[in-house]
Amino acid sequence: MSVDQATVRRVARLARIKVKDEDLPRLAGELNSILHWIEQLNEVDISGVEPLTSVVNMKMKTRKDEVIDGHYPADVVKNAPAQEDAFFMVPKVVE
Amino acid sequence: MTSLTSLTIATARTGLKKKDFSALELTDAYLAAMEKARLLNAYIVETPEKAREMAKASDARLAKGEGGPLEGIPLGIKDLFATRGVHTQAASHVLDSFKPTYESTVTSNLWRDGAVMLGKLNMDEFAMGSSNETSYYGNVINPWKRRKSNAALVPGGSSGGSATAVAAQLCAAATATDTGGSIRQPAAFTGTVGIKPTYGRCSRWGIVAFASSLDQAGPIGRDVRDAAIMLKSMASVDSKDTTSVDLPVPDYESAIGRSIKGLRVGIPKEYRVDPMPVEIDALWSQGAAWLKEQGAEVVDISLPHTKYALPAYYIVAPAEASSNLARYDGVRYGLRISGDDIVSMYENSRAAGFGPEVQRRIMIGTYVLSAGYYDAYYVRAQKVRTLIKRDFDEAWSKVDVVLTPATPSAAFAPGEITDPIQMYLNDIFTVTVNMAGLPGIAVPAGISSDGLPLALQLIGKPFDEEMLFQTAAALERAAGKYEAPQWW
Repeated sequence: MSVDQATVRRVARLARIKVKDEDLPRLAGELNSILHWIEQLNEVDISGVEPLTSVVNMKMKTRKDEVIDGHYPADVVKNAPAQEDAFFMVPKVVE
Repeated sequence: MTSLTSLTIATARTGLKKKDFSALELTDAYLAAMEKARLLNAYIVETPEKAREMAKASDARLAKGEGGPLEGIPLGIKDLFATRGVHTQAASHVLDSFKPTYESTVTSNLWRDGAVMLGKLNMDEFAMGSSNETSYYGNVINPWKRRKSNAALVPGGSSGGSATAVAAQLCAAATATDTGGSIRQPAAFTGTVGIKPTYGRCSRWGIVAFASSLDQAGPIGRDVRDAAIMLKSMASVDSKDTTSVDLPVPDYESAIGRSIKGLRVGIPKEYRVDPMPVEIDALWSQGAAWLKEQGAEVVDISLPHTKYALPAYYIVAPAEASSNLARYDGVRYGLRISGDDIVSMYENSRAAGFGPEVQRRIMIGTYVLSAGYYDAYYVRAQKVRTLIKRDFDEAWSKVDVVLTPATPSAAFAPGEITDPIQMYLNDIFTVTVNMAGLPGIAVPAGISSDGLPLALQLIGKPFDEEMLFQTAAALERAAGKYEAPQWW
């Protein structure tokens, strides 16, 4: 599988990372060599094998659906670049 | 090095109990050592006031004849652990000025047991690296140098700061994390002991996430006993982490000294890579011989899917990282670079905040999870992962523990490895262990022809850390301990 610069641009968009035009060729090259190296996984016979979703053989723990924490909004917004009245302030999201 | 900082946890705790010295004296000795060693760049942030305050509290408890298993013991904490009110940034610019209002479970356990915090340790950014060359705060320097050479060497990574601090006696021990080898590889490069416990043994709550199905916290210590003492305190069952397994924490220290007579040690042939460095191969044979001398039975085994672990890891880990690192968007914490609209704000903040290795891995992860590629890459890698785990499951019917080299080489110089894949190959012996969720320990076992430490790795059954400490202690008895000569 090979990525071209247009694909790198698309992936950067999905990842919400701004990539400069002049960096596209280098990134495409790096991603391509990694993806090419990964290709050896195609050698493996995976017929009838389930994907491993948990390394530990356990049933997911659940708890009672009740509020046992919270009520400290000041702590939650403490590290925010911009906050007002315990709301995170950001540029307009919806036009 | 001053005599107080040369004490292991085991000897320091005896000294504190006998009142040979106070906890404050011990902490002050470490603070002085840290000041002299700043060129190693092991600590991102030193916390001397907090450390002295905690030491004084320990002295008060010790005076009353009270005190926990780590009372007054000064520790370094990897920058990946949330420490209340103290810099926690995963060595990244994207988490600029982040000071958590909460404490990670692992560090809470350490403070509960009386330990003292000396500061936050340097690491590869977001735990992505094998040389501590990707930190926003600069490289860490290995206390070890090649014979007759003045060249700086890397301590390994991602827990490079932790390994250097322990090896240079800038803390009694350190916390670290391991996703593909980040405890074991730097321990190997610095002549220290590092253990990655079974997935689910230590709580991941309050640890900045890299790859959630692989990450595990663990200690780096000066010897096997200290690592066991640390793990006993770090481990716990935590309801705040749904992957925390409901098993009580054993007294790991009591496993040290147990006989290994009759222990079946597996030697997996697929770990003999091509080309196999002569020194590493010789060390591996030496380790097997040492264990045999102490009564163990050496058994040849096969773990057929070994070579696919690294490429599978480099699909699974970046995929999980791309998801975990999506939260760094400049909204709720960290670096915010403004933009014309919200999306530009995200894109600018993340581009300016993340270093190149992190960006590379996020991009790979995003790509392999994207529509059209998910099955070909991610699902396939997860299936290979099942096969890797199955190889080990089958091995446990024949052996009790597996012995392998820890790394394919000794420590190298910064800037020496520029090809990402060459860097990834550092983890070739360690990554299988994370993929299978097993515990693994690195024990220093020899010195290279260049005068640098080399280590062996022991891999155990799930939750059989006691067996690892027991066997590691046997290797340590034969191999001896290694101390870096002080040049700083």
